[in-house]
Amino acid sequence: MATNDPTPTNARPDNARVVKRLLFVVVGMFGFGFALVPLYEVFCDITGFNGRTKNEQAAANTRQVDTSRTINVQFITRVNKGMPWGFSPEVNSVRVHPGETKVVNFLASNPTGQNMVAQAIPSVAPGEAGLYLNKTECFCFNQQPLAAGADTKMPMQFYLDPDIPEHIHTLTLSYTMYDMTANAQPDVLATFEATPSAD
Amino acid sequence: MSTVAGEMDHNDHHHHAPSGFTRWLFTTNHKDIGSMYLWFSFIMFLVGGSMAMVIRAELFQPGLQLVDPHFFNQMTTVHGLIMVFGAVMPAFTGLANWMVPLMIGAPDMALPRMNNWSFWILPFAFAILLASLFMEGGGPAFGWTFYAPLSTTYSSDSTALFVFSVHIMGISSIMGAINVIVTIMNMRAPGMTYMKMPLFVWTWFITAFLLIAVMPVLAGAVTMVLTDKYFGTSFFDAAGGGDPVLFQHIFWFFGHPEVYIMILPSFGIISAIIPAFSRKRLFGYSSMVYATAAIAGLSFIVWAHHMFTTGMPVAAEIFFMYATMLISVPTGVKVFNWVATMWRGSITFETPMLFALAFVILFTIGGFSGLMLAITPVDFQYHDTYFVVAHFHYVLVSGAIFSIMAAAYYWLPKWTGHMYDETLAKWHFWCSLISVNLLFFPMHFAGLAGMPRRIPDYSLQFADINQIVSIGGFAFGLSQLIFLWVVIKCARGGEKAPAKPWEGAEGLEWTVPSPAPYHTFETPPEVK
Amino acid sequence: MSTKLITALTAMLPFAASAQSSLNLTQGVTEISQRVYDLHMTIFYICCVIGVIVFGAMFVSMVIHRKSKNPKPATFHENVKVEIIWTVIPFLILIGMAIPATQTLFAMEDTSEAEVTVLVTGSQWKWHYKYFDHDVEYFSLLATRQDQINNRLDKGENYLLEVDRPLVIPTDTKVRFLVTSDDVIHSWWVPDFAVKKDANPGFINEAWTKVDEPGIYRGQCAELCGKDHGFMPVVVIAKEPAEYQAWISEQEAIQKQAKEEEQRLLSMSMSKDELMELGERIYLGSCAACHQPSGEGIPGVFPSLKGTDMVLNDIDGHIDIVVNGKAGTAMQAFGNQLSLRELAAVITYERNAWGNNTGDLIQAADVNKFMNE
Repeated sequence: MATNDPTPTNARPDNARVVKRLLFVVVGMFGFGFALVPLYEVFCDITGFNGRTKNEQAAANTRQVDTSRTINVQFITRVNKGMPWGFSPEVNSVRVHPGETKVVNFLASNPTGQNMVAQAIPSVAPGEAGLYLNKTECFCFNQQPLAAGADTKMPMQFYLDPDIPEHIHTLTLSYTMYDMTANAQPDVLATFEATPSAD
Repeated sequence: MSTVAGEMDHNDHHHHAPSGFTRWLFTTNHKDIGSMYLWFSFIMFLVGGSMAMVIRAELFQPGLQLVDPHFFNQMTTVHGLIMVFGAVMPAFTGLANWMVPLMIGAPDMALPRMNNWSFWILPFAFAILLASLFMEGGGPAFGWTFYAPLSTTYSSDSTALFVFSVHIMGISSIMGAINVIVTIMNMRAPGMTYMKMPLFVWTWFITAFLLIAVMPVLAGAVTMVLTDKYFGTSFFDAAGGGDPVLFQHIFWFFGHPEVYIMILPSFGIISAIIPAFSRKRLFGYSSMVYATAAIAGLSFIVWAHHMFTTGMPVAAEIFFMYATMLISVPTGVKVFNWVATMWRGSITFETPMLFALAFVILFTIGGFSGLMLAITPVDFQYHDTYFVVAHFHYVLVSGAIFSIMAAAYYWLPKWTGHMYDETLAKWHFWCSLISVNLLFFPMHFAGLAGMPRRIPDYSLQFADINQIVSIGGFAFGLSQLIFLWVVIKCARGGEKAPAKPWEGAEGLEWTVPSPAPYHTFETPPEVK
Repeated sequence: MSTKLITALTAMLPFAASAQSSLNLTQGVTEISQRVYDLHMTIFYICCVIGVIVFGAMFVSMVIHRKSKNPKPATFHENVKVEIIWTVIPFLILIGMAIPATQTLFAMEDTSEAEVTVLVTGSQWKWHYKYFDHDVEYFSLLATRQDQINNRLDKGENYLLEVDRPLVIPTDTKVRFLVTSDDVIHSWWVPDFAVKKDANPGFINEAWTKVDEPGIYRGQCAELCGKDHGFMPVVVIAKEPAEYQAWISEQEAIQKQAKEEEQRLLSMSMSKDELMELGERIYLGSCAACHQPSGEGIPGVFPSLKGTDMVLNDIDGHIDIVVNGKAGTAMQAFGNQLSLRELAAVITYERNAWGNNTGDLIQAADVNKFMNE
C-alpha cells in the first residue's frame, strides 16, 4: 500500500509549491485591480477616453496658428448637487483657430455665510478632442477659496493643438464645481486668514 | 480505457467517519464536501428563485401591486448575487469536488482541510447578505453589478455587509479553485496525462485559473467601493479626481471572465454526456480543449462590450466589437463538435441526455443573441433592455443550470447507488423546458420593443408579454420542486444502480461501485 | 393576448419578423435608426440560417440516429479538415457581419457641426434640458399620476411614458445632445433616434440626431439609478424648424417674464390656505418620491419630515436644505428647480402637514432674503 500511495512523501512539498505560486497570482491580481486605477488614468491621458483631460499646465504654444480652420469652443458650467455657488462663463462660446491662444473668464460667487473652498473638474466632449486642448493657465488646476458672500473672476487661458483632427468642428468644455471645504488643502485655507472675510 | 485494482475490499468505508452533525462540520472527504456544496447551491437556487418569483409577481401586471420600487431593486440585486455566487458557482464547485478526484483516479482533493474551510465559510457569507435585507434602509439595491456612485454615495448602510459577504464568497471561490488546480496538477493517476483527462476536468482546470485571476479583482473592486463610501477615498468620485466609469472597467474586467466561469464547466459536462448517450466518442477532443482555452483567453479582452453606451472612442468600440465577435468561433467549434458526436451515433434519450440536448439548442440561441449584442451600433438599442435579460438567462438558466441538472441526473446513480425515477425526471425535464422558454423567449420581444431592465413597472404596451413571462416564471419555479422530489426519492431508495449505469459512459468514475465508496482510489488506478 | 402570443412565437421565423410590429426593434425616424434596424435584421437572419442548419442537423440526428433505428454507432472521430472548415466558415461569416457593423458605427460618429445643442442632465429621478444658444431651461418630470401607478385610477394610453414638459427639437436639423448627471449614472434613451448615452456624474458625453418626421417620441432612463429608475421617462417632440423657432422664442419670453413676475410677487403675501394648497401639489410632485406622501420617509434611506427637529424648530436650516440640498445625499438643491413662491409653499406645507402644525408661514420674500444673504 505504502509504495502505491498516490500522495507519496515527495508530492507534499510539491503541493505547497503550487499553492504558493497560486497565492502569489491571487495577491498579484488583487494588486492589479488597484493598479488599474493609475493605468486607467494613463490610458485616458493618452486616448482622451471618457472626456478626461489633462488637468495640468501645458507649455505655451510655439507653433504656427492655423487660420484656415475655425473651431467652436463651447463652455458649460455646472455646480454639484447641494453646492450653492453661482458659477458661469463670461461667454458661452468662442470661435478659435487652432494654435491661437484665448482667455475666457469664469465668474464664481459664494452666496453663503461661510468661507468655502471649491474645485472645478473639467470634462471635454468629444473625448478625443480633450487631447488637443491645452490650458496654459486655469483656475481648475487648484482649489479655489471664496470668502462668504464674495465673488470672483477666474481666468482660463488655452489654445488648441494645431494637430486637432479635421473632423472636429465643435468642442465642449464642461466644468463641474465641487464643494471641497471639508477636504481643503491647508495653504488654500490659509488665504482666508490673510484676507478678511466679507462678513 | 482503464483498469482498476483493489479498492473493492474497502466495504467498511464508513469506519472512521464520525456521525451526526460533526461528521459534516469536520469532514475533509471530497464526496461529503461535494454533497454539501450541491445541497447548499440547491437551497440558494430556491432562495434566489423565490426572489425571482417576487419580481415576476410584481411585473405580472402594470402598476405597483405587491412591493415598493426600493424593495424591488433589492430583489433584483440579491437575486442576481445569489444565483451567480450562491447557486451556479457552488454547484460547479460541488461537482468538481465529487467528480474530479474520481475522474483522475485520485483518493481525495489535494488540500482536504482547506476544502472544508472553503465550503463552510459560504453559509456565513450568504447569511450576512440575506440578513442585510432586514436592516434599516434595506439590503443592496444597486444591481448585482453595483455601479458606483449608486453603490457608494447613494447606497444604504447595508453596503458594508454586502462588501463583507462578497469578500467571503471570493475567498471561498479562490480556495476552491486553488484546490482544483493542485489536485489536477499533482494527483492524477499514473498514465493520466493532461490530454487524457476528461473534458469536465479540463474545463474546470481552465475555470479555476480564471477564478484565481479575476476573483481578486472583484475583491479589489468591492474594497474600493467600501473605502469610497466610508473612508473618504475617491476612486469613483469625480470630485476627488476619480471616475465612475473606471468602476465599470474594473467590474467588467472581473465580470466577463466570470461569465465564462459559469459556462466552461457546463461545456465539460455536456462533452461527457452527449458521447455517453450517443454511444460514440467525442468527435474532436483536442479541439474542444483548445477551444476552451481560447474562450478563456479571449474573455480577458472583451470586457468593455458591457459598456458601449458609456461613451468610448470609436477605435475602442471597434476593438471590443471585433474581439467579442471572435468568441463565437471557438464557441461554434464546441457546438459543431457536439452535433458531429451525435451524428451516426446510437442515441437514447434518458434525462441527462434530454437536458444536454436542450442545453445545446438553448445555449446556442443565447449565443446568437450574444452575437447580436456584440454588434456595437445595434447594442446601443439592446443595451440595458430585456433583450439583455433574455440573453443572459438563456445562457445561464437554460445553459449553466440545465447542464447542472444534466450532471445531477447523470451522476446521481453514482452518488446515491440508486437509479432515479425516470418518469418523474422526464416530467421535470419537459416542464422545465416548456416553462423556461415561456419565461425567457418573450423577453427578447419586450426588450426589442423598448422595455428597460430593472424596472418595477412598465408602460401598457408590454403588459401582455410580461404576463406570459410571469406565468412561465411561476411554472419554471414550480417545476424545480419536481427535481427536489426526484433527488430525495433517489437518495432514499430505488432500483439498485450498477457501477456503470449508462451503456456508453466512459471514465474512471464508472469503474468504482455505486454508490461510490467513502474512500476511492486509495491505490491509484493504472490508466493506459 | 393569444394573437400576440402567436405573433411572438412565429416572429422567430424570418418571414414573420420583417413585418413591422410592436415586438421588434423600431425602425425609428432617423437615417441612423433605420440603418441600425437594417443591421439588426441582417444579423438576425444570419443567425436564423445558422440556427436552422445546426438545429436541423441535430434533429435529423435525433430522429434517424436513435438507437432503435441505428443500433450500431459509427466510430469516426477527429478530422482536422472538418475542424478547419468549421473554424474558417464562421470566421468568414463574422467578417461579413463586421463590415456593415463598422460602417454603421462610423456613420454614427459623424461630427459635422450641429445647429442646435441641448445639455441633458439626469438626476434622481428627472431630466433637465438646457438649450445652449437660448435662455431656456427646464426640468422634465413624469406626468403619470401616482393614483394610476397605485391602481386607484385607470391607466392612460401613455402610462409611465408621459412628462410634464417634453424636450422640443427641430426636424431636419442636426441636434447635438451633451449628456451628464447630477448624482448617479443615468442613461438617456430614445429608441426612435437609436440614441442611448450614459449620463455620468462629472463628465459629459456626446450624442446627436437628425429627425426626419415631426412627432412625439418616447423613451426611458436605461441605467439603474435607484428607487424610481422606472419612473423617469424621456419625451421628445420634433417640430418643423419654423415651428421650433416660434416655440423657442416664446419659451424665452415666458422664462424672462416668469423671472420678472417672481420679483413682483416678492412684495405679496400668500394666505395659509394658498400656501398649503400649492405646497401639497409641489410636495407630491417633487418630494414625495423619497420622503413619501406621509412625510415619514423610508427609514435608513430617506429621512422622515414628520416631527423632526429641523422641520419643527429650525426655519433657516429647513430653507437651506430645500434651497441648497445636502451634498453627498440624494437631497438635491431645489433653489434652481422651483420658483420662490413654490419653495415658500412647499416649506410651509412641510412645517404644517402630518401633525407638524408649527403654524409657521414662509413667504417668497423670506426665501428670497435667505438666498441673497
